[in-house]
Amino acid sequence: MEVLAFLIPVSLFLGGIGLAAFFWSLRGKQYDDPEGDARRILSDDWDDHPKP
Amino acid sequence: MDGTVTPSVSACPACAVAPAAADVAAAARADDSAPVLLSVPGAHCALCISTLEKGLEKLPQVRSARVNLTLKRISVEAAPGVTAADLIPEVARLGYTAHELDSGMLRASGTDTTGRDLMMRMGVAGFAMMNVMLLSIAVWSGAQDATRDLFHWISAAIALPTIAFAAQPFFRSALAGFRAGQLNMDAPISLAILLAAGTSLYETWNSGEHAYFDAAVALTFFLLIGRFLDHRTRAVARSAAQELAALEVPRALRLTGAGEAVVPVAELAVGDLVRVLPGARVPADGVVEDGTSEIDRGLLTGESLPAFAGPGTALAAGEMNLTGPLVLRVTAAGRDSSLHRMADLVAVAEAGRGRYTSIADRIVKYYAPGVHILAGLSWAGWMLYAGDMRQATNIAAAVLIITCPCALGLAVPAVMTAASGRLFRRGVLIKDGTALERLAEVDTVVFDKTGTLTEGRPEPTNLGEHPRETVAVALALAAGSSHPLARALAEAATSMGIGPAAVTGLREVPGYGVEGRCGERSVRFGRAAWVGAEAGADTAAWLRIGQEPPREFTFADRLRDGAAETVQALVARGLRVELLSGDAEAPVAALAQRLGIEHWRAGVLPAEKADRVARLTAEGRKVLMVGDGLNDTAALAGAHVSISPATALDAARTASDIVLMGGTLTPVAETVETSRRAIRRIRENIGISNVYNLIAVPLAVVGLCTPLIAALAMSSSSITVTLNALRLRR
Repeated sequence: MEVLAFLIPVSLFLGGIGLAAFFWSLRGKQYDDPEGDARRILSDDWDDHPKP
Repeated sequence: MDGTVTPSVSACPACAVAPAAADVAAAARADDSAPVLLSVPGAHCALCISTLEKGLEKLPQVRSARVNLTLKRISVEAAPGVTAADLIPEVARLGYTAHELDSGMLRASGTDTTGRDLMMRMGVAGFAMMNVMLLSIAVWSGAQDATRDLFHWISAAIALPTIAFAAQPFFRSALAGFRAGQLNMDAPISLAILLAAGTSLYETWNSGEHAYFDAAVALTFFLLIGRFLDHRTRAVARSAAQELAALEVPRALRLTGAGEAVVPVAELAVGDLVRVLPGARVPADGVVEDGTSEIDRGLLTGESLPAFAGPGTALAAGEMNLTGPLVLRVTAAGRDSSLHRMADLVAVAEAGRGRYTSIADRIVKYYAPGVHILAGLSWAGWMLYAGDMRQATNIAAAVLIITCPCALGLAVPAVMTAASGRLFRRGVLIKDGTALERLAEVDTVVFDKTGTLTEGRPEPTNLGEHPRETVAVALALAAGSSHPLARALAEAATSMGIGPAAVTGLREVPGYGVEGRCGERSVRFGRAAWVGAEAGADTAAWLRIGQEPPREFTFADRLRDGAAETVQALVARGLRVELLSGDAEAPVAALAQRLGIEHWRAGVLPAEKADRVARLTAEGRKVLMVGDGLNDTAALAGAHVSISPATALDAARTASDIVLMGGTLTPVAETVETSRRAIRRIRENIGISNVYNLIAVPLAVVGLCTPLIAALAMSSSSITVTLNALRLRR
C-alpha cells in the first residue's frame, strides 16, 4: 500500500495539468466560436505557411 | 451580465430605442479605434469564412478581419475613421448581406464574462468530481480502516475548496431568495451540498463508513452544466436581440441655416425642419412644408394603398416616403409623438397580460418545501426511533442529496437549449425564456395582413387583359420611377418578355405619376385623378395614351413566402386562425378567401386589435399574435405569445417574444410544433427523474442508501434526461 503515497500525488498532479490547460484555453478565448473553429480546420488557406 | 441594455419586454418598447440611440451617438464619438462589427446572417461554412476574411483583408484600409461563425458576425480592425457603412458594400461585393452592428451596444456581450466564469467553475467542479470519484471507487470496492480514512481525507481536501469556489452561484442565488422571503430552487440545492459536505467531514473525523463528498461535488458539477446551458441560451438570444435593436439606428436629416446635418432622432425638437428622402421613414410627427410625394402608411395602419402627401399633409413617425423628397416641419417629437402614444397603448396591453410562471417555477413552489419537509421528517423519525443524532443527520443528508432537483436544474435548460438551437438554425430567434412554454399552449393564431401574411409589395393582377403595345408604353413610363407600383409593373412586364416602347421626355411628378411623349401623343401613368379617371376599389395605377380612355392596371399585395402553407398547417393542427387588418375590406376579404381563413376583420384600429386579443384571452383562449406593424404592437404585447418577422418595425420586434430572421413564414408552424415537443420532453424528463427518486428516496429514508447508490441514481438520472433532451435536436 506504500505505492499509494506516490500514486495519489501523481494522479492529482496529472489532473491538475489538465485543469491548468483548461484554464489556459478558457483565457485564450478558445470557446468563443466553437462552430467557426470546427469549420476553419477544413480551410487550406494557411497550409503552406503560418498566418502572418 | 451587468451593464448591458436589457431588451426585455419593457413596458414601452419605443422608449427603449431613444436612449439607446443616444448611447450609440456617445459611443461613436468616444472611441474610433474599436473594431467595426458587422452582422452577416448568410455566413454558414468554411468557404464563407475564408472568402469574407480574405476579401476584406485585401482592402488597404482593413488591418484584419475575423469571422465568428457561432454568432454570425465579422469583427474588422480597420484604419481610424472607417465605418460600417464603408464596409457593407465591400461585403456585398463578396456576395453576403451585412448589417451594421453597434460595437458600443454590443461590447458587453462580446466578452461574455458571466459565461466564462460559469465555465471555469464547471471545469473546477468536473476536475474535482473525477478525482473524488476515483478515490470513492476504492472505498466502494472495500477499502478499510486507515486506507478508507486516508481516502476520505484526500477527498475532503479536494471537495471542500471546490464546493467553496464552484457552488458559489447557488449559494448566492439561495441567499438572495431568502432575503426576498422566497424559497427558490437553489435553496434545496445549497442545503443538500452544504449538508452533504458537513456530515461527510464529521463522519471522516470520526472514521465513519460513509462520506458523500463525491455526491456533493457531482451535484455541483451537474447543476453547473444546467446553469451554463441556461445562461448560454439566454445570452445568444439576448445578443441577437441587441443586434436587432442596433440594426436600425434612428437618424434624421435636419435642415439648418448652414445646410443639412444627420442627427439622432432623439435630438429633434418641435419646429425643426427635416428632409425626408424617398425610401426613408418619417422620423417624427410633422406637417409637410414643401414637396409632393406618396407615402406608405402600411406599417402604421395596415393600409396597402399609398396615400398622397403635399404641403399641409400631416405625417406620423414611422410612415415611409415613396417618390419625392419632402421637407417636414416637426410638430411633435420624443414623448409627444404618435410613436409614444402607441407605446402607452402597449404598456396598457402588457399590464393585462400578467406574469407567466414557467413550469420549473410552478414545480419548485411545491418541490422546495416538500423536499425540506421530507428530509426533516426522516431526521425526526430516526431521532425518535434510534435516538442517534449522527445517524439521523446522515440519513437526512442522504434524502436531500437524492431528491436534489437535478431534473429541474439540468433537464429544463437542456431541453430549452436543444429546442432554441434547433430553431435558431432555421432562422427563428427566441427572445424570451418562457416563450416556448407559452407557445406550446397556444390554441388561437391571429395574423396581421400587410407585411406579415403579405410582403407589403404589390403584384400586377391584370397585365394579361391589356394589349402588348399598351403594356410596353406603361413599362417605359414605369421604368423611370421608384414607386412600388411602378417597380412591380416593370418587373412583371419585363419577365413577360415585353420591351419598353419609345417614350421621350420622361418626367416624374412626385405624388402623381410619370408623364412623357410617345410619338405624337402625350402619355401619363399614375393616380386615377391625375389621368382623368374614376378611382375604383382596388389598388391600381392608370395609364392614358393621348385621348384614349384611361386603362386600369390593378395590383394585389404579394403573398409572403410560405403564408399559405403556414395557415394550412396551423389549421390542420386544430388551431383557430384569425386575420385582423387595418386595410380596406376588399383586399382583406380576397386574401382571407385565398388563404382559407374563415374569421377575418378589415379596417381594424390599433386599439381594436389589442381589444380583440384581450377578448379572446378573456374567453380563455391562448393567443399567438403574428404581426409586424406599429399598429400591431399593442396586440403583440397583449397576446399570450407573439411572433414578428425581421422586417417589422423595431417597436414591434421589441414587443414580440420570437423573431423570424428569414423572409418566409414557414417556420411559424414548425416553431409551434417544436415548442410542443419541447414541453413534452420537459414533462418526460421530470417524470424520468421522479422514477429515480421513487426508487432511491424510500431507500434513503429507511437508511439503506449508501454513497454508491446516491452516485448511481444521480449520475444516471442526469445522463438520461440530457440524452432525452438532445433527441430534440434532430
